[in-house]
Amino acid sequence: MTPATQPRAEARSWGQRLVILIPYLWLIAFFLVPFLIVFKISLSQYATAQPPYLPQLDITGGFETLREFVSELSFAGYARLVSDSLYLSSYGRSLAIALASTAMLLVLGFPIAYGMARAPRQWQGVLFMLIVLPFWTSFLIRVYAWMTILQRDGLLNQALLALGIVDTPPVWISTDIAIFIGIVYTYLPFMVLPIYATLERMDESLFEAAADLGCPRWKAFWLVTVPLALPGIIAGSLLCFIPIVGEFVIPDLLGGSGAMMIGQTLWLEFFGNRDWPAASAVAVVLLALLIVPLVLYQHVQARRLERGD
Amino acid sequence: MNGRGNRPDNSARTRGPFAPWTDPDALPLVRFEAVSKHFAGVTAVDALTLDIYPGEFFALLGPSGCGKTTLLRMLAGFQTPDAGRVLLDGTDITDVAAHRRPVNMMFQSYALFPHLTVAGNVAFGLKQDGLPKDEIAARMAEMLRLLRLEGLETRKPHQLSGGQRQRVALARALVKHPRVLLLDEPLAALDKKLRGETQFELMRLKERLGLTFVIVTHDQEEAMTVANRIGVMNHGRLIQVATPSEIYEQPNSRWVADFIGDVNLIEGRIVKADAAGTTIASASVGTLRTAAVADARPGDAVAVALRPEKIRIARDMPVGDVNRVEGEVWEIGYLGDFSIYKVRLGDAFVINTAAANVTRLIERPVGIGDRVWLTWAADAGVVLTQ
Ligand SMILES: Nc1ncnc2c1ncn2[C@@H]1O[C@H](COP(=O)(O)OP(=O)(O)O)[C@@H](O)[C@H]1O
Ligand SMILES: [Mg+2]
Repeated sequence: MTPATQPRAEARSWGQRLVILIPYLWLIAFFLVPFLIVFKISLSQYATAQPPYLPQLDITGGFETLREFVSELSFAGYARLVSDSLYLSSYGRSLAIALASTAMLLVLGFPIAYGMARAPRQWQGVLFMLIVLPFWTSFLIRVYAWMTILQRDGLLNQALLALGIVDTPPVWISTDIAIFIGIVYTYLPFMVLPIYATLERMDESLFEAAADLGCPRWKAFWLVTVPLALPGIIAGSLLCFIPIVGEFVIPDLLGGSGAMMIGQTLWLEFFGNRDWPAASAVAVVLLALLIVPLVLYQHVQARRLERGD
Repeated sequence: MNGRGNRPDNSARTRGPFAPWTDPDALPLVRFEAVSKHFAGVTAVDALTLDIYPGEFFALLGPSGCGKTTLLRMLAGFQTPDAGRVLLDGTDITDVAAHRRPVNMMFQSYALFPHLTVAGNVAFGLKQDGLPKDEIAARMAEMLRLLRLEGLETRKPHQLSGGQRQRVALARALVKHPRVLLLDEPLAALDKKLRGETQFELMRLKERLGLTFVIVTHDQEEAMTVANRIGVMNHGRLIQVATPSEIYEQPNSRWVADFIGDVNLIEGRIVKADAAGTTIASASVGTLRTAAVADARPGDAVAVALRPEKIRIARDMPVGDVNRVEGEVWEIGYLGDFSIYKVRLGDAFVINTAAANVTRLIERPVGIGDRVWLTWAADAGVVLTQ
């Protein structure tokens, strides 16, 4: 209660300022600066040079060279994104796959999280471990494992044949189904854990109150459980949707060679065509697309913090 | 604390001859028929039988863990008895799901829906019944007015004070006009002053809405204040079911006498017991005579319960040679309206007496270390055989 124990804003020590500064410095050094570099490259022109774009920024040359540098920047890379249907269809395909697989993840992940939250206390730790356990193996190895499972004479087809479910082995690998299987498998924990976190601290007496007021259990699920789990559902969905849009490894290894997701297009521009400006433009637009759900996510989180729950 | 707070407040219940439990033709609204409930080795409720009548304010009182909440939850439908039946209006509801029972509960934690506004919470139960919109609005408005919650309709529970939350929880349960309103320690989270006001508000609401209330509490003062009858519980059993004044004036056992308010329990043996009264010989205070008729024979070991406020304290030796004892004032507790005198008899036995401070503190005639005489009337003591 004494004023001395309540530090005022202007009385912050250097130590306190440093602590606040560190995350900002980190973000500036490892996120903002790289982004500005990518943004600058996206405004450059392709060139058979080292590095493969022009103009180069020479800050030692004074004001005149700087003006020349700026005048050589162009939006040609961005114009190509619109004019060449390859890019638009890649973006579209990425968004469609991300949307569809997020929906699948939600349908699959919610019951898992619900089951975990309602399991006896002493089991919850084990279930939690089981969900997290796959992370202890390399992601790449797990995708390769799926390749062998899904290939023509892989485990899946062997099992289907042995059980007599099919006569001729269906093709899994190099199809969109394989992509969905890989994505849903990989991202499931990101959907389950945030939902579990909201369900797990839900007060059991709320359901009793709902029942007491004449609401049967199934209805209470929609009227109480889902609204209260909404922050977890939104967090889980965005946590899945955002990286799936940019996913490269799964469609590249499990998917076919036809239509590409935007991550594959980007990879091709960068390593195949060595067109750094085009690749950078693709990356910048991708980021711009994902800013919307990111800001949405921040907004939801901030609102929850404000409410203090 | 105890000595003065527990005095039954008769104004609350001498309203008239409301005593359906004395009428052999009265039909109970709620009947627990030999219900038992066990949890992993613990017997929470033990073959308990109880009738609660329409219009009653019934309090289940007992120490923590004695099974009060479990009993209430069996009536609400959240727990199924292992044995026995629960009847409502003569109908067996033992296996009826909670959401189909015409009873409502106010939860100890209030259990307000955090994502709904005050209006949303209060209307929740009415919507489940599929009532028309205008009726929902009318009943909600009436209930919000009754509980002084107008103007808070659009607030969320986290934007309310503790007292407001408590009233929303009450409104949410009452708006459904339940056959029985169940209250599980409804006032435990409120501060003392608000608790006292709310107790009277609960009584007014019950009368006004003509409902039946069953309240669970471990606070005997609260039970005494609000209830028409109290069921004193221990270890899953009902020890005594009676009106507050009966429980206080005529406890049926040492345990109840000791649990309700302050009491001096004087152990002794029956000398004479007949229709005129009972004479008891005790080692600590000599011969006691009470007008109470005891179901005991000479030689039986009994206890006489004497409430502190029924014992008079004086400096001068009284006339007569029963119901009096001499001692030394050992401690005085000043409680404002009352003072508690702890009087030592011989080496160890201490008797508590309470006296109203009708004179000012500085004029108090008895001080620590004074030799005093304690006396009590023949109708003051209650003979307890159990
Ligand atoms: N769901 C439960 N699981 C296990 N034991 C329980 C459960 N509910 C109550 N009990 C036990 O039953 C006894 C009575 O509990 P309760 O009815 O809550 O008592 P009270 O409300 O009188 O404090 C206690 O010993 C308590 O530990
Ligand atoms: Mg309880």
